[in-house]
Amino acid sequence: MAASSELALSARGLRMEYRDRSSDTRLVAIETMDLDVGDGEFVSLLGPSGCGKSTFLKIVNGLLKATAGEIRLRRSGTGREDAMVFQDAALFPWYSVLDNVAYGLVCAGVSNADARKRAAPLVELVGLQGFETKYPYQLSGGMQQRANLARALAVDAAILLMDEPFASLDAQTREVMQAELLRIWNAARKTVVFVTHQIEEAVYLSDRVVVMSSRPGRILADIRIELPRPRLLEVKRSAEFTAYAAQIWKLLASQPAAADSGRHG
Amino acid sequence: MSVESASYRVIYPRVRRRRSPIARWYRSNEPAVLGLAGLASFFILWQVASNAGLIDDLFFSSPTAVLQAAVTEVQVPRFWSDVQYSLTEVIVGFIASLVLAVPLGLVIGWYRRVSFAFDPWLNFLNAIPRPALIPLVVLWVGLGIEMKTIIVFLGGFFSIILPTVEGVRTVDQGLLDVAHSFRASQRRVFTSVVIPATVPFIAAGVRLALGRLLIGVVVAELYAQTQGIGVMIERSADVLDSARMLFGVLIFTLMGVLTTGLAGRVERRFQRWRPSANLDLEEGV
Repeated sequence: MAASSELALSARGLRMEYRDRSSDTRLVAIETMDLDVGDGEFVSLLGPSGCGKSTFLKIVNGLLKATAGEIRLRRSGTGREDAMVFQDAALFPWYSVLDNVAYGLVCAGVSNADARKRAAPLVELVGLQGFETKYPYQLSGGMQQRANLARALAVDAAILLMDEPFASLDAQTREVMQAELLRIWNAARKTVVFVTHQIEEAVYLSDRVVVMSSRPGRILADIRIELPRPRLLEVKRSAEFTAYAAQIWKLLASQPAAADSGRHG
Repeated sequence: MSVESASYRVIYPRVRRRRSPIARWYRSNEPAVLGLAGLASFFILWQVASNAGLIDDLFFSSPTAVLQAAVTEVQVPRFWSDVQYSLTEVIVGFIASLVLAVPLGLVIGWYRRVSFAFDPWLNFLNAIPRPALIPLVVLWVGLGIEMKTIIVFLGGFFSIILPTVEGVRTVDQGLLDVAHSFRASQRRVFTSVVIPATVPFIAAGVRLALGRLLIGVVVAELYAQTQGIGVMIERSADVLDSARMLFGVLIFTLMGVLTTGLAGRVERRFQRWRPSANLDLEEGV
């Protein structure tokens, strides 16, 4: 998936500080960050807990305001520029699967009936047909993440922001979901910014892996993954794959504070 | 090597015996059967003790005497107007407390500044033992149904508003993020996240309120004896008619059971999305 010359997202001089109320000190979450993501590219942000990678997504999504710097998102003709796929699914427990998927459309002013009609094909795309009227508690963790993904796809945004969406899944479901995500990405033709702390996951999914340092977060390396697509899960056993993973592992291991994975932020 | 060659303790599967239809019917209805049996044995013991003269009918009455009192009572117009009087207090007091407590609770829980202003008042007013206010309310509106409805209302209002405020304050931040992420309007944030998340808290408040409402009715009616089932109980006690008195208590109990049952049905209707609300349905399958 070679990126076209058009940029979907461009961040310049992005900086994020929090004020720690208890000690009245400033905590730097992101030091300075410049990042370009091409149209249709799949880019992973990889780093230890607390490196500011989720914070970056929230700034792009508008849930947080940066301290300095700017982000440009290419306008899409059809509606929203970006849509978020949340960690822990975050489905509304009181809505059926179909109504959860239709939520973003309803927020955009589409009538309930039309939103459901437009959500139905996406429920099918993520493989949840037959579960439209179920409530989230009746779904497995993997199915909840499928609905979470469909909800973001439904608003037809140009960029999907995915915040460690498979972190809480068991190893097998996680692999299945990774392969599913590539299938859906292939069908939906979106730009994806994918946050994860799993090296394997980042290499398997991405065109580029952006490795971040531990807090304060900055970019350590931007690695292009030249594995052919479509990628089957077997590619994880290949020599090239292992080489990429080893290269990234070395980068992270050289980080003095990287071993401190207990930090959260 | 063979398992027969040494000594083993063998663990067998459970033997499933075929049960007779009666035994199977009993197993599926065991809670109801045993519950009814418990109730029935109490009434039988009470009746036997009364017939045998072990307890004094004057103070403790007997099931048949209460039944007789019930049969005579339901033919008296005054009884029905008493029921209507007490029911009106309950219904008007309940609706007023629900209609005022829920919106106010949502607003106080959501807007921090409003809650700063209201919290001291809520805590202060909730700490007042409500029966202590009866003489004051009598002074304001007299001994009639208005006074009793106000006392009933106060009990229900605080039972509902406090959990409602708590419910709004504990709304899952992750779900609010989802709503904001999809640029939900303030109004939609309320209807799609805040209110549904608070419904279980409101329901808990309503359950608490129903009990308090009836206490309010009894206390207010006993204080200002104009009309109502509370008055009927007091009048019966005056003439040592324990059967009629117990019948009055039974009427209040019935109101409690009916309103709680009704509230439970409404609650389940609103909470089909909660696993616990469907447990009894799923276990029945």
